[in-house]
Amino acid sequence: MVTRGFSGRKPPTDTDARIPPGQYLEQGFPVLSAGPTPRVRTEDWSFTLKHGPRPIKTWNWTEFNALPLTKMTRDIHCVTAWTKFDTAWQGVLVDDILADAGIEPPTAFTLALSFDGYTTNVPTQDLTAGKAMVALLYEGKPITPDHGGPARLLVPHLYFWKSAKWLNGLQFTERDEPGFWELRGYHIYGDPWREQRYTGDP
Amino acid sequence: MSDGPAAQSPWQTVTIARIEKRTPRVTSFFLQPSRPFAYRAGQHVDVRLTAPDGYQARRSYSIASAPEAGETIELAIERLDDGEVSPFFHDIAAVGDEVELRGPLGGHFVWSDSDGGPLLLVGGGSGVVPLMAMIRHRAARRSAVPAALVFSARVWDEVIFRDELIDLHNRRDGFDLVLALTREPARRPADYSRRVDAAMMEQSMLRLPAPPRFAFVCGSNAFVSAAAQALIDAGVPAGLIRTERYGV
Ligand SMILES: Cc1cc2nc3c(=O)[nH]c(=O)nc-3n(C[C@H](O)[C@H](O)[C@H](O)COP(=O)(O)OP(=O)(O)OC[C@H]3O[C@@H](n4cnc5c(N)ncnc54)[C@H](O)[C@@H]3O)c2cc1C
Repeated sequence: MVTRGFSGRKPPTDTDARIPPGQYLEQGFPVLSAGPTPRVRTEDWSFTLKHGPRPIKTWNWTEFNALPLTKMTRDIHCVTAWTKFDTAWQGVLVDDILADAGIEPPTAFTLALSFDGYTTNVPTQDLTAGKAMVALLYEGKPITPDHGGPARLLVPHLYFWKSAKWLNGLQFTERDEPGFWELRGYHIYGDPWREQRYTGDP
Repeated sequence: MSDGPAAQSPWQTVTIARIEKRTPRVTSFFLQPSRPFAYRAGQHVDVRLTAPDGYQARRSYSIASAPEAGETIELAIERLDDGEVSPFFHDIAAVGDEVELRGPLGGHFVWSDSDGGPLLLVGGGSGVVPLMAMIRHRAARRSAVPAALVFSARVWDEVIFRDELIDLHNRRDGFDLVLALTREPARRPADYSRRVDAAMMEQSMLRLPAPPRFAFVCGSNAFVSAAAQALIDAGVPAGLIRTERYGV
């Protein structure tokens, strides 16, 4: 349905192919969250890999920062319709976390866990083979608390609510268990290219 | 708190039934849905505009009306001069025009009378919109839940829904309005002439008969960060605070 009188502010056509349907190009870096920004001190930070309720391995900040660091520059897509190009992150690939724990992924699904109780589910294969990391730096600097620092998950090929802020663990689950927003009307998978925003989207 | 999954909600065409200027920068658009539209106070909708060449823009807008208000849904849209969608509404949209709408959306920043209280609402600028839906819902239900709204605006004339809020305050039925004007002197005895801070939150909570059971904070990112921190500093447990950020 064409809207009378609307022409829109079109992005340059050379970038069209990089903007998923229904998204617009954002120059800033908006912040979205369900509650207040937790202030997590690196002294208090820890990260735990779990299989169900059972902890597999826990790292403190120093131990985690000693893992191999990888750079990832990616376009990111928020379900509130902004897309941001070329965001530059550094962190530890989920592959490298698993390698350090000496395990293969035990189940097909993973729940990301955050300090504030936030959770989000991602199929395990969307986290491995170089697709996702636990990011520690944004544009070369520590991630600010508003953007999820000290550490956040980065799963750039899914809507950004999957890239859980204030991450403190990954939990392998037998089933695809909906997380915080998935229980509140958001899509269980969240592929921006298929516009999987809300429950019921194909 | 009712946090169940939102029902499937595809796009529908809605007609602009009425337009009402609220403040110099905020205008309300009353939209008539083509299908029945049930929602909870605090939810939002996505609006989609389509250009002749197929280009589309979509933005989220909170619902300002109460679920009890009847058929039309009120959106209160602030004009951002260099924006894409809000200037379209302010400069071009007219009564009788159609836009596409999806929703209701959002299952976290919601409150119903049955959830209880006391309720502490903190809004900055157009962030008052979903809080207004809660306040109107409370009034429509003749709810006894104590509620206080701390509303920050730059000046008196930019206080969205000002007359209605003052009327509701004057009913003395358990709803209290506190205005924080950041660029003008306060005009009412209980109001402030500064940005929100922990002391203001503490004093505003004293207007409630008991500590808040729910705190809702909405506005720009900077406002929400500052206000949520002020609430925490005033002793509100972080887990009680729900936030909605309008991005910029
Ligand atoms: C859940 C939710 C509820 C909301 N509810 C409301 C509501 O009730 N009322 C309301 O008014 N708003 C609300 N918003 C905000 C709303 O969705 C829009 O963000 C707002 O209307 C601005 O949209 P716009 O298209 O006019 O501006 P945009 O085009 O998105 O621009 C926003 C700002 O970004 C900057 N900008 C954008 N593009 C560029 C560029 N290319 N170069 C430089 N700067 C740029 C500009 O400074 C501009 O002012 C809500 C948002 C959310 C997420």
